[in-house]
Amino acid sequence: MKLEGRVWKFGSDIDTDAIIPARYLNQSDPKELAKHVMEDERPSFSKDVRRGDILVAGKNFGCGSSREHAPLALKAAGISCIIAKSFARIFFRNAFNIGLPLLESQEASEAIEEGDRIQVDLSTGEIYDLTKKKRFLSKPIPPFMQELLRDGGLIPHLRKKTIKHKQ
Amino acid sequence: MAHPMTLTEKLLASHSRRKWVSPGEILDVRVDLVLANDITAPLAIEAFREIGAKRVFHRDRVVLVPDHFAPAKDILSAEQCKVMREFAKAQRLPHYFEIGKCGIEHVLLPEKGLVNPGEVIIGADSHTCTYGALGAFSTGVGSTELGAAMATGRIWLRVPETIKFIYYGKLRPWVSGKDLILATIGAIGVDGALYRAMEFSGETVHELSMASRFTICNMVIEAGGKNGVIEPDEVTLQFVKGRAQRPYRIFRSDPKARYEQVMEFDVSRIGPQVALPHLPSNVKDVREVGSVEIDQVVIGSCTNGHLEDLRVAAKILRGKKVASTLRLIIIPATQEIYRQALKEGLIEVFLSSGAVVSPPTCGPCLGGYMGILAAGERALATTNRNFKGRMGHPESEVYLSGPAVAAASAVKGRIAHPEEVLRSRG
Ligand code: SF4
Repeated sequence: MKLEGRVWKFGSDIDTDAIIPARYLNQSDPKELAKHVMEDERPSFSKDVRRGDILVAGKNFGCGSSREHAPLALKAAGISCIIAKSFARIFFRNAFNIGLPLLESQEASEAIEEGDRIQVDLSTGEIYDLTKKKRFLSKPIPPFMQELLRDGGLIPHLRKKTIKHKQ
Repeated sequence: MAHPMTLTEKLLASHSRRKWVSPGEILDVRVDLVLANDITAPLAIEAFREIGAKRVFHRDRVVLVPDHFAPAKDILSAEQCKVMREFAKAQRLPHYFEIGKCGIEHVLLPEKGLVNPGEVIIGADSHTCTYGALGAFSTGVGSTELGAAMATGRIWLRVPETIKFIYYGKLRPWVSGKDLILATIGAIGVDGALYRAMEFSGETVHELSMASRFTICNMVIEAGGKNGVIEPDEVTLQFVKGRAQRPYRIFRSDPKARYEQVMEFDVSRIGPQVALPHLPSNVKDVREVGSVEIDQVVIGSCTNGHLEDLRVAAKILRGKKVASTLRLIIIPATQEIYRQALKEGLIEVFLSSGAVVSPPTCGPCLGGYMGILAAGERALATTNRNFKGRMGHPESEVYLSGPAVAAASAVKGRIAHPEEVLRSRG
């Protein structure tokens, strides 16, 4: 699975309150959530982000609450993939469960800059910065997570499994 | 192969039909209980339906708690609570807790005996890690996974490496579990235990009350931890006695269990702690904070809304007045705690001091309602997170502390050591 997109750069310890503030959690429609994504961190983000854009961040991205609204809002806003030095545990699971791929790479997180165009190969974990003409390797996505992504998240994955069982 | 195991490893092995497990292994784990609240349940219920599930895996083992925006703060919140209520009704779930019989989930579940030693519990809330204080494995997950687990009673989990934290020495006056965990997070950072189990042990931990132990395990997630655990002892068994709704099992770490790291803390060197904005790891001793004026103090939440916390606050507030420049909001974590506080005269102390007492709710902890901050305002709270905008406007600030510092600060109008208000020992 290959992706290409323009980069948005964020710092370390971006928490889920920063991704989607709790004041918007009185509903869970991804399109509504997307309107407020990263609002307190960077107010114009939700207006400027385009479908296919890629987010690159520092360490511990997605720390804080377990709200699945956070990856949902990013995905609905158009973000196709997130690269970071490390991810908080619950955010990591949530993202794959809703079909949003994440890659961990210290070098990529440090070298890639805002506005760069990058290519990502999800099956090999290779990241290519087209602007800088630099290649990075991330930790490969575990096979089980790749399967989740291919199926489009945990729900379609489970549905497929139950159908198989029934046959 | 046979090898010594940590408490966390034993808990996971016992729920995946395995004799031995090692860190890094991925297991298909049976869960004893699943939990969701008014924010996370609606998405979980949607996931449950989308999988095509008709019935929950076990009616007694699915707990739904409207606590975050309940009593409903607006129409949309009311709709979310309604989704949950109707699901509970359709599935005939005995453990749906309507307001009036309710409370903040992580204080309510232990109080009702719904979580017990030796169990595996998952919840669509990051502070589900609280129940590790009982010697259980418990961790937070997202809504989709919770929806799947409601249907199957299972979840995949990676066996975490364990970091052992040993606390020894005599506690100083006014120091409680909150100060120990804040000092620990200050030492290791907000990702210091990422993906790891945090095992809390040592003589001091076993002298702590259950409330303090819950507080410690509650904030494991603030260090990035997957779960926190404390080996059950007499205090645990005393707490569980008469509450446990199921038979339970006691596990202990093997003496030769392998830890990724061991850290020791001499608690006699730890004074009351305060976390400064905007990270829970930004910790200082209260005496080093300097003069910080405060607009609002909140005493409550799943971290410090226990009866014991209210008792500490009342001890300081008795016969005193809240500073005229400041608002004090006190939120007993459950209906039962509220009632007991009333019986003991604590509520009277709070009201006389000029505090407002709210019914049990998460409310301001997550910037929901019942005490939202305006731009430029500063709060001191006994909650667990002080991220930017956590309690309201993105330009407001949150400081974190235990109930003693919070109460003293409410009297002084600025961050204060309890001894500035009360000379006696805590
Ligand atoms: S009190 Fe705060 S931290 Fe605890 S469950 Fe409620 S919102 Fe979450």
